[in-house]
Amino acid sequence: MKVSKSPWMLHYDGSSCNGCDIEVLACTMPRFDVERFGVINTGNPKHADILMITGGINAQNRPVVEQIYSQMPSPKVVVAVGICACNGGVFKDCYNILGGVDTVLPVDIYVPGCAARPEAIIDGVVKAVALLDEKRKTMREDKKEEGQ
Amino acid sequence: MSWILAIGFFILAPLIGGLLEGADRVLCARMQGRQGPPLLQPFYDMFKLINKQSVVVNNVQDVLVCGFLIFVVFAGLLFYWGGDILLVFFALTLAEIFFIMSSCSANSPYSSMGAQRELLQNMAYEPMILLAAIGFYLATNSFNVKEIATSSVPSIVYLPGIFVGYVFILVIKLRKSPFDLSTSHHAHQEMVRGLTTELSGNVLAIVSLAEWYENVLLVSVIGLFFINGTWWSILLAILGCAIAYFVIVLVDNVFPRVKWDVMMKSTWVVTLVAGGINLMIMELLTR
Repeated sequence: MKVSKSPWMLHYDGSSCNGCDIEVLACTMPRFDVERFGVINTGNPKHADILMITGGINAQNRPVVEQIYSQMPSPKVVVAVGICACNGGVFKDCYNILGGVDTVLPVDIYVPGCAARPEAIIDGVVKAVALLDEKRKTMREDKKEEGQ
Repeated sequence: MSWILAIGFFILAPLIGGLLEGADRVLCARMQGRQGPPLLQPFYDMFKLINKQSVVVNNVQDVLVCGFLIFVVFAGLLFYWGGDILLVFFALTLAEIFFIMSSCSANSPYSSMGAQRELLQNMAYEPMILLAAIGFYLATNSFNVKEIATSSVPSIVYLPGIFVGYVFILVIKLRKSPFDLSTSHHAHQEMVRGLTTELSGNVLAIVSLAEWYENVLLVSVIGLFFINGTWWSILLAILGCAIAYFVIVLVDNVFPRVKWDVMMKSTWVVTLVAGGINLMIMELLTR
């Protein structure tokens, strides 16, 4: 059995136009149904494995995103959904936008698109899930080294 | 025989509880027109939770959550061993109090709000549970699970109203909509995750293990309504449990969550009308 069989997802809307958010929600609806892979939309950082962020990071939501990330127990994966979350998108040069999510958090998977299509998001989730297993393995090895 | 049943419960209840939750999730998904997760998904979740880092807010919390598990298992063992049904219900309430205290101790607004709502739920369903115990006594002249289960006539013949009331409060106990105020298995949750907000990793795994034990015990009480000395009554009991569980899942998918005062009023009305009238008629007939 693998950790990746039950990835619980936390969705945070940075400063998105809601286009990507609607596509993320569409993934959990009957047509795409990510619960097939055991994905649950939790809304609680302490239960989450995958942090899914849509929209760029601005000065106001920076501490929020950092806090959410720090509250998630490891192993955890960050997925940036949509071009705004990847590098700021059309808002890149705005005075209040710091840039993509990777200006604040270590992003593992980038899902481009405006808005990102549900197929692309599901693909991103599947890749994120594979990463979870790897991270679990390195976590275990780190623990062993600490023990020695 | 009673020892074998008790040990059987101890070993098999997590398996059955997990499968029950898996079937529940698949059934829910099908009712919503989705494909749904695999049947074994709850076991995958459990394995994942055990393997995750556990962020502990307060060490007291772990002890209290363990108390929850221990007393739920004790209640279940007592039930299958054939002990006093009043003691089973009291042990179950004590376990619930341990769980409520654990979320109170976390000092988080969501978790303590969940705890307060759980206390309200307790207030709502506890009278019906006690009435059920009294009903079993009046029907079979015994509080002993063993004697209730081997009585000549199944208790449902005397207790149809109490049966309806018990299934009604089971919606609260199994944390199903419309009464999933304190914590919900669904994504639509107005206060993060309520009771379990501050629990993570293996502590959360203990909670879900305890809930599997609890669910099996609660569903077994439905079976107690149908069972008597004969072997075929066991089949009847399993059928009764399955139908009741299906109805509860259906209710879960059909009704939106209500406020606490609606829950309180409706539960107490059902308790008084279905349970109370049932007991009164029985008193009149047996006198």
